[in-house]
Amino acid sequence: MTRIFRVFALTLLSALTVTSAFGQQPIKIGIVTFLSGAAAGAFGVPARNGFELIAEVLNAGKMPAPYANKGFGGNPIELVIIDEAGGPQKQVAELRNLAQRVDYVIGYISSGDCLAVAPVAEELKKLTVLFDCGTPRIFEDASYKYVFRTGPSGSMDNTALALYVLERNPKVKSIAGINQNYAWGQDSWVDFEAAMKALKPDVEVKTSQMTKLFAGQFGAEISTLLSSKAQVIHSSFWGGDLEGLILQGAPRGLFKNHIVALSAGEPAINRLGTKIPDGTIIGARGPFGPFAPDTEFNKWFKNAFQERYAVPPIYASYKATNALLGLKAAYEKAQAGGAASPNAEQVIAAFENLTFEGVGGAVKMSLGKGHQAVMDNAIGMTKNVGTSLQIINVKRYPADKVNPPEGAKSEAWIKSGFKK
Amino acid sequence: MNDLLAVLFDGVVYSSWLFLMAAGLTLIYGVMRILNIAHGSLYALGAYTAATLAGAWLEAGHAAVGTYAMLAAAALLVGAVMGPLLERGLLQWMYGKDEVVLLLITYAAFLILEDTIKLIWGVESKLLSEPYSLPGNFQIGELAFPVYNLILIAVAVVTGLAVAWALYRTRQGKLLLAVIHDREMSAALGINVDRVYLATFTVGSMLAALGGALTAPAIAVSPGIGVEVIVLSFAVVVVGGLGSLGGAALGALMVGIVRSFAVRYWPEAELFTIYFVMAMVLIARPKGLFSAPEARKI
Repeated sequence: MTRIFRVFALTLLSALTVTSAFGQQPIKIGIVTFLSGAAAGAFGVPARNGFELIAEVLNAGKMPAPYANKGFGGNPIELVIIDEAGGPQKQVAELRNLAQRVDYVIGYISSGDCLAVAPVAEELKKLTVLFDCGTPRIFEDASYKYVFRTGPSGSMDNTALALYVLERNPKVKSIAGINQNYAWGQDSWVDFEAAMKALKPDVEVKTSQMTKLFAGQFGAEISTLLSSKAQVIHSSFWGGDLEGLILQGAPRGLFKNHIVALSAGEPAINRLGTKIPDGTIIGARGPFGPFAPDTEFNKWFKNAFQERYAVPPIYASYKATNALLGLKAAYEKAQAGGAASPNAEQVIAAFENLTFEGVGGAVKMSLGKGHQAVMDNAIGMTKNVGTSLQIINVKRYPADKVNPPEGAKSEAWIKSGFKK
Repeated sequence: MNDLLAVLFDGVVYSSWLFLMAAGLTLIYGVMRILNIAHGSLYALGAYTAATLAGAWLEAGHAAVGTYAMLAAAALLVGAVMGPLLERGLLQWMYGKDEVVLLLITYAAFLILEDTIKLIWGVESKLLSEPYSLPGNFQIGELAFPVYNLILIAVAVVTGLAVAWALYRTRQGKLLLAVIHDREMSAALGINVDRVYLATFTVGSMLAALGGALTAPAIAVSPGIGVEVIVLSFAVVVVGGLGSLGGAALGALMVGIVRSFAVRYWPEAELFTIYFVMAMVLIARPKGLFSAPEARKI
């Protein structure tokens, strides 16, 4: 009996020790990212890796300034990671379950999922941070109190891309597009076409190919693009479709005979390396990856990520990190305002219009009534040097040059000729 | 004129790929009355295995030309392992059940195999571009096309002819045709129906894997590639008539060429074309182009 009592007492003691080591209950954060399906390898897992790395480093209190505080204001954080695969309907149901188990939600790569979950997060009064999806419609068509997006919207990808194309090739007279036939691809092409026409009204559209998502094979589309003789070819392809387009297009001269501009091409740099032909114009949906400014904070992030996962971080990893840092910054700002354990309302008040240091530069929550981030953007060009692919001629665009002003809709702003 | 020829060529390339997939699907349906959704996973397994084998071949420092043998080996390996495994291990216990039940079972197998692929190969895409770029290009007018596309067409034609020859010119093929026409009567006459089923499913699986293995060099082999394929090959099989090899060939040609013309001249309608062809054929012939008349059994 005495032995049982001793074991019980020891167990109780060790449990108490563990609790006091953490100090407080952990803050639970639901993470939604693709863990299966075609977007998992392309974005979902690199994003999850970003979340896990940062959560671990924050809990260990080893993050560089200005995030040296442990966890969120001294509280450890705990991630509850779920799969984004399955479509918007499934994600709405998943969010309803997840919201009961966590304090905050960070997630969503697909624009379709973002559009579907935003009103549900609002209804559930659950502070939800969208980290990657690109559609500008989230805060342009609606207004939310509980929803934030720390990733810039897709409009600036194509605005900056059009500026870059024309700065380097002012005599361009014709364009063509190959994009995936869903919200992301359609919006991207509309923005690029409008931006090109706003900047150079006489530009002619030769063809716009809208392919089925994950079609993988583009033989007929490449023939059409080659025949079109368009000077510039725009694509917002990502994942396997992007890699397939490069693998199938390069041997056929698509990249040699045309200026190819890939708005979301950055992840392919690590995957395909020197298989991407010279002179391909590439964006990273923000100042991420090889486009990130050369700051100590960014160097630390790149090294820590590379060391842990043996691959460089891609833009999804950057955006995941920024979402977690944004929420931490808001939480700690609310704490500094006097709330030791701030509630959702206090964190929201602190989050609105917040400017925080992200990996890749400053993130300003300046659109969508303080709920939508803007960042600078950067575009560059590929060049094969020996056995490595380098990004050259990088041009940076300040956030206010490539994003609409508060209250304006992206498409109308672009069509107006970027009037402020 | 060259433009038209280029569009036709693109259509035939796409048709060849579709045919390799649809041939296996229609063969299995014709003999076993199973609409095999797991066919998409066998395609994906073929692609992943091809990328792995050919990748290992290149890494070992062997000549790149040997990668073509690796593609063929991948198709044979996947068919020889997965065909019997699925047929003996799963499907044989379900024969006699309703077609819908069998369809659901193959769907379950599809989901399991998709996760198995993820478990083995992870979620990162696999690349194997050497066999695609190795033979170089040829020209149709001003347009460059990879010679690899000619290989794909040749393999599809040879495979189609070989399967047709085996079906209609060999004793085993005739036994198989007898099973297609009347399973019970064939069994009563002493044909080993179980063996015919096993052989059919294995050959069908090899065709799916061959489709995947031949596609691997042109694409990024990534999770979910089997999903798209099963939808497309089902459309082709329905157009041709479920169970008809000739129907699969004609269906693939129709769908491939119409799609190619749409991409060039009416890109907005491209997604719609496959289903448009299917709808038009089904309005005229509700059981597809080459469906055999069914005898009424009393």
